[in-house]
Amino acid sequence: MTAQLPILQIIVPLLAAPICAVLRHGRAAAWLAVLASWSALAIALALLGQVMAGGVVSYHIGDWVPPIGIEYRVDIVNAWVLVIVASMGAVVAPYSVKSVEHEIASRRIPLFYAAYLLCLSGLLGITITGDMFNVFVFLEISSLSAYALISLGRPRRALTAAYRYLIMGSVGATFIVIGIGLLYVMTGSLNMADLAELLPGVWDSRTVKVAYGFLGVGVCLKLALFPLHLWLPNAYAFAPSPVTAFMASTATKVAVYMLLRFFLSIFGAAFSFDVMALDRVLLPLALVAVVSMSLVAIFQVDVKRLLAYSSVAQIGYMILGLSFASVTGLTATLLHLFNHALMKGALFMALGCVVYRIGSVHIDAMAGLGKRMPWTMAAFVVGGLSLVGVPLTVGFISKWYLILGALEKGGPWTAVAVLVLATSVMALVYVWRVVEAAYLREFSGDETTGEAPLSLLAPTWVLVAANLYFGIDAVRTAGVARQAAEVLMAGIGS
Amino acid sequence: MSIELLLALSLAVPAAGTLLILLLRENPNAREAASLVTAGALFAIVLRIYGVVSSGERPELVLAEPIRGIPIALEAEPLGVLFALIASFLWIVTTMYSIGYMRGHHEKNQTRFYVFFAFAIASVMGVAFAGNLFTLFVFYEILSLTTFPLVTHAGTDAARRAGRVYLGILFGTSIAFQLLAIVWTYAVAGTLDFQAGGILDGRLAGIAVPVLLGLFVFGIGKAAVMPFHRWLPAAMVAPTPVSALLHAVAVVKAGVFSVLKISVYVFGIDFLAGAGASVWLMWAAAATIILGSLVAFTKDNLKARLAYSTVSQLSYVVLGAMLANSWGVIGSGLHILMHAFGKITLFFCAGAIMVAAHKSEVSQLKGLGRTMPVTFGAFFIGTLSIVGLPPTGGSWSKWFLGVGSLEAGQVGLMAVLMVSSLLSLAYLMEIPLKGFFHKPDEPPHHEGIHEGPKWSLVAIVTTAVACLALFLYPEPFYRLMTMVAGP
Repeated sequence: MTAQLPILQIIVPLLAAPICAVLRHGRAAAWLAVLASWSALAIALALLGQVMAGGVVSYHIGDWVPPIGIEYRVDIVNAWVLVIVASMGAVVAPYSVKSVEHEIASRRIPLFYAAYLLCLSGLLGITITGDMFNVFVFLEISSLSAYALISLGRPRRALTAAYRYLIMGSVGATFIVIGIGLLYVMTGSLNMADLAELLPGVWDSRTVKVAYGFLGVGVCLKLALFPLHLWLPNAYAFAPSPVTAFMASTATKVAVYMLLRFFLSIFGAAFSFDVMALDRVLLPLALVAVVSMSLVAIFQVDVKRLLAYSSVAQIGYMILGLSFASVTGLTATLLHLFNHALMKGALFMALGCVVYRIGSVHIDAMAGLGKRMPWTMAAFVVGGLSLVGVPLTVGFISKWYLILGALEKGGPWTAVAVLVLATSVMALVYVWRVVEAAYLREFSGDETTGEAPLSLLAPTWVLVAANLYFGIDAVRTAGVARQAAEVLMAGIGS
Repeated sequence: MSIELLLALSLAVPAAGTLLILLLRENPNAREAASLVTAGALFAIVLRIYGVVSSGERPELVLAEPIRGIPIALEAEPLGVLFALIASFLWIVTTMYSIGYMRGHHEKNQTRFYVFFAFAIASVMGVAFAGNLFTLFVFYEILSLTTFPLVTHAGTDAARRAGRVYLGILFGTSIAFQLLAIVWTYAVAGTLDFQAGGILDGRLAGIAVPVLLGLFVFGIGKAAVMPFHRWLPAAMVAPTPVSALLHAVAVVKAGVFSVLKISVYVFGIDFLAGAGASVWLMWAAAATIILGSLVAFTKDNLKARLAYSTVSQLSYVVLGAMLANSWGVIGSGLHILMHAFGKITLFFCAGAIMVAAHKSEVSQLKGLGRTMPVTFGAFFIGTLSIVGLPPTGGSWSKWFLGVGSLEAGQVGLMAVLMVSSLLSLAYLMEIPLKGFFHKPDEPPHHEGIHEGPKWSLVAIVTTAVACLALFLYPEPFYRLMTMVAGP
């Protein structure tokens, strides 16, 4: 049984999805989704345990030996990402039960869960597979279901937002498949481990470099790196609340993982940093993303959009860590994958609670909510503080490693550290605008407005608690992230 | 009881006090009794810790380890004990005062007030007993957060704006400068522990030393060194007990205490003196001392005048730390103590005047001293202590700061100290003088005005008497500071 874990990781949610679709009963589909996502989490944790105990787990589908057959290959890096994605899937699923009943027409609810599980299995698939073409297949599964999920949002603009994401996402996916094709032309292989061995022989060829470019642009579109982020704010703002929470905490994280996997494992850290100067390409983009998007976030009045722009800025932090080209920097990136999932998950879920009660997340509509929905707003405050990077929250841990990474490099990199801290202050501004509205202004809405139901609050507070717990005891998470960073940077000095 | 447990209790008792206060919220008398009992228990605990530390022990307690090698740890050392003694003793007095003030002033949301007050004190204890830079930072930030609801207590537009300035400056500086300085320290020293003699000697040299020190001094916004002082006058919208304990004692002293602690235990005074790293900051502090006094002159609002006086006085402590010699450190530590008692007396008086006579401007105080003799008498004693005149405790800290300046070869700073004493004499003495000797503008107006609520009066007399007592008995505190400063 344990030997089959890698395939079960995908099969369980993938098979539960069509069953949800045919169930035609909202609650039944919901509980099936909960069950499937929790099993996925259990499997992901078991895989992480296996990897930490015994190194790389390799699974050959249908017993076809790679590089001919498709291989699922789990090392510490993707075991870590699997846990992130599966945890968020497992927390958001029970949250959806009530939230979705409120935000989506009842006949579409089973379809929602089908799409949700498909998206989950697609993201898990991208992460687990050791085969390039398989990445593309899962990418399409996750993307198509994501377009559907976003379009379910109540505002009519959700449709255009989904359409825009569809166009941009398809361009990205096409770029990725072109890149994969070029690599196949050059090496005749699609297996990642195999490619990693074959590619150094053809490093000099222009085709490989072009493939590198196509893959880079394609992946950066998916992970919404500035200036390829234009699809993201609307998609997050108009999607149903659980979808936003899920997408914000998983989809971009998996895209960052793809970037790391392609450029550091397959092409190799040495090729990326020494030949392609990846760090010098990414650094300015990351800095501009962090600064400009934090600035834009300050001026948003729709809190969901505000957090969406903040997400683009936070992705900038992850890419910034990568551009340090050091183990500490990469540790920061990998830690922030997890930590940002926790904080944005908590924040978007708190907003979902607000939508459930007052139907809007406009900053003026949220005035005075601190008294009406004390638990929801307290969750928002903790999540917000984490976003700012206040100590004892996960945000602080990420920031610590990011700044440490910059200072370790010394010289002009000190300015990068200063910039990171300056943007934390910007985060304080945009978070505090909401907090101030909620606590220091008078409530003007319906007098009967009360706290959100427990089924929404409980998952939200699970994430809030995680924000605090992993902020106080980060030795384990930082340990895994560091191990993973060392694996990715193998062959290059720290 | 083991001493490590006591350290944990010094945080846990005020935190648990909040629960008690919440539980008893329906019965105001029991709720206030709970506050008093908690405050008393905390002071007893700190006294016990003082006993152990003054005999030379350094109890330690690790609470958690968020990042490998950087624990959240508590450690009791003389400087921290001094600060904890001040804060916990004055908490008792302030609680008594609050009972009179909050009821006399008919404030709303009193339970919330007492809860966050207790939380703030718990964070202050964390600051006092922080065993390393990281722990200090953690509790420093928690202190900013727990005092925010106190500052915005009134819930008005003015309070909201003040809250914005308050949190903006305190969080802004701590994130942008202090955190950077901490990570930098860790990157070069590989540790964040407080050690006698510092951790940076031999690991950092040249221009980097003054820059790092500057990041700390300006990053600790609570020390209110100009230009990052604006939050302190803004915080005066809070109820007077908050201004008294937190913005004359606990919060601002947490700032200067951190500066002093970092100078002594992270840099080490010998290293600072050797590198000459603190000279430019001496002058930044000196400028704040003079400018703060000058601005205080222009303020007619009593609390605003006291706030700028605090800005100016805080920089005495910073200055003492930057002198980087034993006298400076002793003077600096003693000034934390002396200024605390002097300034809290002044704030108590200002609050009593506000409650009893509904006057908040200096120009309105003419002749009021005759109707409120105890309050104005206490104000007079507090003024003497702030100015540094015998027979009050304030004369000791001024004395040592003066000696320290001469020892550092900075005669100019000595002159600054003198000038600022004169300035503070002028802007503070105006108040008791007006109160006692000026004729009221419209005499019949003072009918029905008498001394403040009796609970408040007890507090005022206590701190005023303490100002006098500290002149006669500074010995135990002087001894604590010599343990910090070395022979």
